[in-house]
Amino acid sequence: MNAFDILGPVMIGPSSSHTAGAVRIGRITRMFLGSEPVKADILLHGSFAKTYKGHGTDKALIAGIMGMNTDDSRIRRAPELAEQAGLEIVIHTGEIDGAHPNTACITLTDAAGKTVSLMGSSIGGGNILVTKLNGMEVYVTGQKATLIVLHQDVPGIIAAVTEIAAEAGVNICNFRLSRQQRGGEAVMTIEMDGEFQEDLNEKIKQLPNIYSSILVKPI
Amino acid sequence: MEMEWNYKSLASIVAAAETQGCRISDLVLKQQAQQLEQPEADVFHRMEQTYQVMRECIEPGCAADLKSTSGLTGGSAYKMRETAKAGKSLTGSMMSGALYRALAVSELNASMGRIVAAPTAGSCGILPAAVLTMQEERELSDRDCVMALFTASAVGGVIAENASLAGAQGGCQAECGSAAAMAAAAITELSGGTPQMVSDAVAIALKNILGLVCDPVAGLVEIPCIKRNASGVAGAFVAAELALAGIDSAIPADEVIWAMKKVGDAMSPALKETAEGGLASTPTGQKLYKKVFG
Repeated sequence: MNAFDILGPVMIGPSSSHTAGAVRIGRITRMFLGSEPVKADILLHGSFAKTYKGHGTDKALIAGIMGMNTDDSRIRRAPELAEQAGLEIVIHTGEIDGAHPNTACITLTDAAGKTVSLMGSSIGGGNILVTKLNGMEVYVTGQKATLIVLHQDVPGIIAAVTEIAAEAGVNICNFRLSRQQRGGEAVMTIEMDGEFQEDLNEKIKQLPNIYSSILVKPI
Repeated sequence: MEMEWNYKSLASIVAAAETQGCRISDLVLKQQAQQLEQPEADVFHRMEQTYQVMRECIEPGCAADLKSTSGLTGGSAYKMRETAKAGKSLTGSMMSGALYRALAVSELNASMGRIVAAPTAGSCGILPAAVLTMQEERELSDRDCVMALFTASAVGGVIAENASLAGAQGGCQAECGSAAAMAAAAITELSGGTPQMVSDAVAIALKNILGLVCDPVAGLVEIPCIKRNASGVAGAFVAAELALAGIDSAIPADEVIWAMKKVGDAMSPALKETAEGGLASTPTGQKLYKKVFG
């Protein structure tokens, strides 16, 4: 029992799944972009699509995209703050086959034209799960430092990546691999305990057969 | 003498506190400091901050023009406080104070304000209303009030361990019921009640709300949630008052929690936060749904 789980979190209402979770989905998308977004395209599915107006899910997603935390009292004014900041927002609703009822797909674009697309679900109590990143299947909760490594499916690649983590004394607590076909494109999702430094990520990027590697801190 | 106890049963916590001759909150603070591997002063300070957030909910929650995001609710805390201030309350300043504060925190939540989930966002008004009103009416120290939050959290912890704190799993009894039980425990301890009285207050509060369904109109945390926060804190005062008078609960708290779990399991899914039954399915409930979502 943790007293601060029972009396907490401190959050912006009204709903941990439709508000707090939505802020975190927006926030992690921004972290994957790694720069200031100038445009956000948001697709809402399921309960998010049906009830976003009443729960303020749209405001919460925008607030997260702007980098706000779940307890930021500016969340309810997020749309006007986005407008003032020159962040263009497009919201639409639709159906995504087989997705969790509280799901959003977000595409962010920065001033240089760089984009990131992500599908994330709010799975209860403010917890989230990102299941797609730029079209790749991933499994990111945002509770730990997470590394997403896009690579070619060749023998020894997992060992090479995890060895860099091991050398740095970083403990891996969750590892997931998904690939389209043998020898094709594949993606590793690695969640780690404690801190993981950006320079280690740079080392991973220099390994052979790695296409890209993104590191996100816990949100 | 140190006694073995844990959050699996309230009886073990009561027994340990009575053996050591301390309050439940003293026991819980000490245990939390050990568990979190932090000094007691730091853990206390963090709870002090939690209490401060609760306190900061009252003024904005009482604004006359407060409106929820959906536009369905807002402004009832203002009306209740005006009535209390004018001395026109039917039940006196303790009860009317608790009612307007519970409404204030709950309505602030519905309008995207900053609150503490206690234990959930839907039931966030009950515990702050109980403790803040006790402090105001009885001129209690901040320290005692913050300590009472540790007792409340232990009660929530026992319920989480044995039943559930989520409306989707146990209905409203799991949210507002648990919050009322936690508030009853806090009020009883703040009134100088024994650990056994705290446990009786928990049992009585929970018994009186047993079976309450979660049937939010349009699926929003507003109707009937906001008023159930008011009735939740009223129920907490009823339970504490009885327990402090020396009236015990025939069914012990741990067994009431067990019963709450069984009742929650037996509840139809339509009555567990799906907005498909109860008040949500009434003609007016449906009409309000259309008003918000078209």
